[in-house]
Amino acid sequence: MSGHSTYEPKTPVTRWLDSRLPIIRLGYDSFIDYPTPRNLNYWWTFGAILSVCLVSQIITGVILVMHYNPSAAGAFASVEHIMRDVNYGWLIRYMHANGASMFFIAVYIHMLRGLYYGSYKAPREVLWILGCIIYLLMMATGFMGYVLPWGQMSFHGAVVITNLLGAFPIVGESITTLLWGGFAVDNPTLNRFFALHYLLPFMIAGVVVLHIWALHVAGQNNPMGVEPKSKADTVPFTPYATVKDAFGVSVFLILFAIFIFYMPNALGHADNYIPANPLVTPAHIVPEWYYLPFYAILRAVPDKLGGVLAMFGAIGVLFALPWLDTSKVRSMRYRPMAKMYFAILLVVCIILGFCGAKLPDDHVIPHLTTFRVIDADLNSFVWLSRFATLYYFGFFLVILPVLGLVEKPLPVPETIASPALSHPASAPDGAVAAPEMKG
Amino acid sequence: MADTAAGATTEPGQADPSRRDFIHIAAIAAGAGGAAALVWPFVDQMNPSADTLALASVEFDLTKVAEGQQVTIKWRGKPLFVRNRTQKEIAEAVKDDTASLPDPQTDAERHKDGKAQWMVLVGSCTHLGCVPTFGGGDYGGWFCPCHGSHYDTSGRIRKGPAPKNLVVPEYEFLSDTKVKIG
Repeated sequence: MSGHSTYEPKTPVTRWLDSRLPIIRLGYDSFIDYPTPRNLNYWWTFGAILSVCLVSQIITGVILVMHYNPSAAGAFASVEHIMRDVNYGWLIRYMHANGASMFFIAVYIHMLRGLYYGSYKAPREVLWILGCIIYLLMMATGFMGYVLPWGQMSFHGAVVITNLLGAFPIVGESITTLLWGGFAVDNPTLNRFFALHYLLPFMIAGVVVLHIWALHVAGQNNPMGVEPKSKADTVPFTPYATVKDAFGVSVFLILFAIFIFYMPNALGHADNYIPANPLVTPAHIVPEWYYLPFYAILRAVPDKLGGVLAMFGAIGVLFALPWLDTSKVRSMRYRPMAKMYFAILLVVCIILGFCGAKLPDDHVIPHLTTFRVIDADLNSFVWLSRFATLYYFGFFLVILPVLGLVEKPLPVPETIASPALSHPASAPDGAVAAPEMKG
Repeated sequence: MADTAAGATTEPGQADPSRRDFIHIAAIAAGAGGAAALVWPFVDQMNPSADTLALASVEFDLTKVAEGQQVTIKWRGKPLFVRNRTQKEIAEAVKDDTASLPDPQTDAERHKDGKAQWMVLVGSCTHLGCVPTFGGGDYGGWFCPCHGSHYDTSGRIRKGPAPKNLVVPEYEFLSDTKVKIG
């Protein structure tokens, strides 16, 4: 895709460097001269947005560590110390805490973009799987980070999640003890979570490098899902993608700033401002919002091991996605049926998130008790999450494989440039069609 | 390499290939064995340390708990329920010995002989480890607020996602009014 490098060092110093470590050439080929499909829309700016999130989390995180005390006795007080006493500590911590939420908002949009436009299909399977690995690492990092303030939600969240692994037969209990370093979540647990929370972002950064490498080998997908065939189909990364990314990042940062400055605790839980107490569980324990759909899947299954397997399976199925989708057409823009099922999936994921935040036995429609079938109250969140879970797995395991065989896709254009060039608006002089050719 | 060894076509001037193979295999085996031996210390350091294990038992004075009362103490980082059961609670628990139980156990198996009033339980839900509260739920015993597990007055699981009864820890009566747990 990238082809031959067109970089020519202009000064003696860059020439000298280029023959020893061609790092400027790498940057030039990757971010200036790199050909990007000419039809990328704003959903394609989330790669850049996610890079900004990762860098922001690492910088604010390293600063927080300078003031944080990783011990069960001192953690909670040191977080309050950051909030009240450290100069601008509140800002750095709110950036970090809300930054995690922003990171997940961006990654969910990025993943749904990939899902909708078929970015996981050949030759981008490895690219997609690397993305899934990044997502898994993000979830582990986010979870361990949430434990560090050692509030009530931190503590009991850690208890619940580490107990999940105890569901596995034979080895489960040993794994849980190994994670705890004791008989319960305690000081050793906090210390090792702290160490891993510091490590994992750098592992994420490593996998991000592989992710971008794989991206530059296969080339970017685009809204049409048609591979670029000639120079007319692409534009250089700079200025086109650079400026578009910069605009996307700016809008995203405005949203980020609104959270930091106007509603910094909107996405958190008030109980986490109560110091951890192993003897009392908060009446309503919920994870951070970005885990809620998976939490709902966990609770949807009435069996402990089954619930845990379903929850991990919900992520596991994403790894198999490139081989589950049998359609030859990449972009759902040309797949009317798939588009519809995708929209339902989107709604179902939101419903699952909603169910995850509610008590399982509460009524979905208040004061309505008629939907009783034998012993089951179908008007409860647990039943709603069961139906939603069924659709979630059904989408990946049944609908996508079958749809590829039975669906009649719309005609797919030959090249990226053809619809743009044949568009009436660009007919008169072609100036709009290929601005990069005009110098 | 293996081919040459099998065919035994040793070229003049070269060492016996089987000897070279042996050195390769020995070197790789030593390296792999050494690395494998080093894995265990790096994993096992995560397990409970000696001082954590040393704090594993507590003594408790039962005179503090009146009939119908429950005291929660901390044991091995987890809550421990010491409950002085009323006659009604005991009767209910015994009555349900024959009910259909997800994790069948009689009430007598869950307390020390002749000490039916004393119920000593690890206060950690066997589902995902939240702390159940007494008095809630459909069976007069404990109820876990996290995912809705119901336990009866013997601490047996009756309804909900938890797979097991509340754990009865290892404990003994040092005297009529004192227990040692762990």
